[in-house]
Parts: sequence; structure tokens; C-alpha cells
Amino acid sequence: MIEHAGQVAVGDHLPTLVKPPITRATLAYFCGASNDHNPMHIDPDAARAAGMDDVFAHGMLNMAYLGQLLTGWVAQERLRSFEVKFGAIVRLGEQLVCTGEVIEKELDGDRWRIGIRLRATNQAGEEKLTGEAVVALPAALVEAATPTTEH
Amino acid sequence: MTSTFVDIPIPPLVVEVEKWQLRFFAKAVGETNPIYFDETAARAAGHPSILAPPTYAVTLSLCEADPYARYRSLGIDWCRMLHAHQGFEYFTPIHAGDRLRFQSRIVDFIQRRQGRLKFLIEETEAWNQDDVLTTRFRKTIVIRDPEAQP
Repeated sequence: MIEHAGQVAVGDHLPTLVKPPITRATLAYFCGASNDHNPMHIDPDAARAAGMDDVFAHGMLNMAYLGQLLTGWVAQERLRSFEVKFGAIVRLGEQLVCTGEVIEKELDGDRWRIGIRLRATNQAGEEKLTGEAVVALPAALVEAATPTTEH
Repeated sequence: MTSTFVDIPIPPLVVEVEKWQLRFFAKAVGETNPIYFDETAARAAGHPSILAPPTYAVTLSLCEADPYARYRSLGIDWCRMLHAHQGFEYFTPIHAGDRLRFQSRIVDFIQRRQGRLKFLIEETEAWNQDDVLTTRFRKTIVIRDPEAQP
């Protein structure tokens, strides 16, 4: 986990997060867990009636995956903002590959403002989501007040 | 392009943040960090209880009998809605046991191509039991309605 600005430089890449392929079960779980009961994501009949080939992933499921990319890199309390554009729907069998790159590092008061560019593609590299996050980090890790043993 | 400010009243929504639902969400997204589903691990990491992940406020904001009713009142069919953009600003973390008050408003409702394409922008603030703003989020929904009558 990143804890201070000394560990971060513009151009750094976050460790890539590859999620499992989307299944109908994934979407059924997320429907219940997320309170988003829109039938487009769980009912193939409703999806076809609306002109889609089949059900597709909830945007907020895809965004949750990008959130995991971030919180796997830095503690969530450091996160100041997080936004995404849902560029293309994510279909059954597609697998999201979530990546992030540090594009900005600026001193802002007593904290460093770290800007991260986010991207999620499918396993074929086709772009699905793009976004940005801002993280605030202290300049250096504050020394823990651990007592030293002196004899 | 027509922008119609829509001032439909959206009553505040009060929601308790439940541990079981956070665990269910963690399972649904394949979360592996235990601070998002195990209270002991969350406390060991300095949290009062299980931590709500970064997008979870949207889930809480949908915790009502019919969260789509306000869109239906604008003539929007939920099967024609696509989520186009979502953004969060963060101020204070949300944990299990919090009691949140959601206040939403429709910021803009834009119609293009004689109503065949509509964009709805909604902003929500989530205030906790200490009256502290936890997060503010904004969603943009695009509605495709090829049969719209001009």
C-alpha cells in the first residue's frame, strides 16, 4: 500500500487488476447486493424487448472494480474524488482489466495531490470505462511512536 | 438541444448502513480486502466497523421501495436508461452502523434530437448521523427513446 508521496511518481502504474469474466450469476449477485433491480441486467427477456442482445453488466459493478484497483493501491481514506465515464457496455463473458497511471503530483497545502488516470478494457483490449481519481498523501510517513528498548 | 430544469421534489432518504449488506456487496464484487466484510479486520485497521467501499453510497441511495419512481414521473422507461457518467467527492468515510441522510436533486435534464436522446444529471449528498457530509455524487443517465414524438 502507498502511504506517502515519496512512494509515488508521475508515470507510475497501479498494479493491474484483472476480474473474472462476467456471468449471469455475477449480475444476479450484484443486482441484490447493490439495490439496483433494473431488469436490463438480470432478465434476458427484458433486455431483448429493449433492443439489446442480452443482459449486460451494471455500470456501478464496473466502477466498483475500478474502485478495487484504487483501494488495493492506497487506503480508501486517502481518496478525494473518483469519477468514470461508461464508454461501452460490458457483456457476458467479458473480463475487465483495470489499470491506472499517476498523471499528476502537486503539493497542495500540507498534502500531495496525486491524480490518477483510470481505464478498464475487456480481455481483447477494447476500452469500456475511462476515469480519474484524486488521492491526497502526506509528504512522508509519520514515524510511529514505538518505544525503543534501551539498556 | 433543449435544457429543461426539472424541479421535482425528492424527499430525503434515511438509511442505516447494515453489516450484512456490506458483506453481500463484498461477495458480489469479489472483494478480497477483509476491512470491507470482516468487522474484526476493519477494527484492527483503525475503523469503527466494516468500511463501505468507494461506490457504495449509490447502493445506499437506492435503498427505497421504488428508486426509479422519480424517473418514471419524467416519462423515462428504466429499460431505456444507460449510465453514462458517475463521479464522487469524498469527505468522511462511511461505516456499518452509520445512519445516513440522502438528499438528491435533479441538476439538469437535456433533450436532443427532438427528445430521442435525453440526458439526466442528478446530484446527491449523503450526510451522516453527526450531520457531517460523507460524500457528494453525481450521475449522468442517457435515455435513448427512438420512438419519441417531437
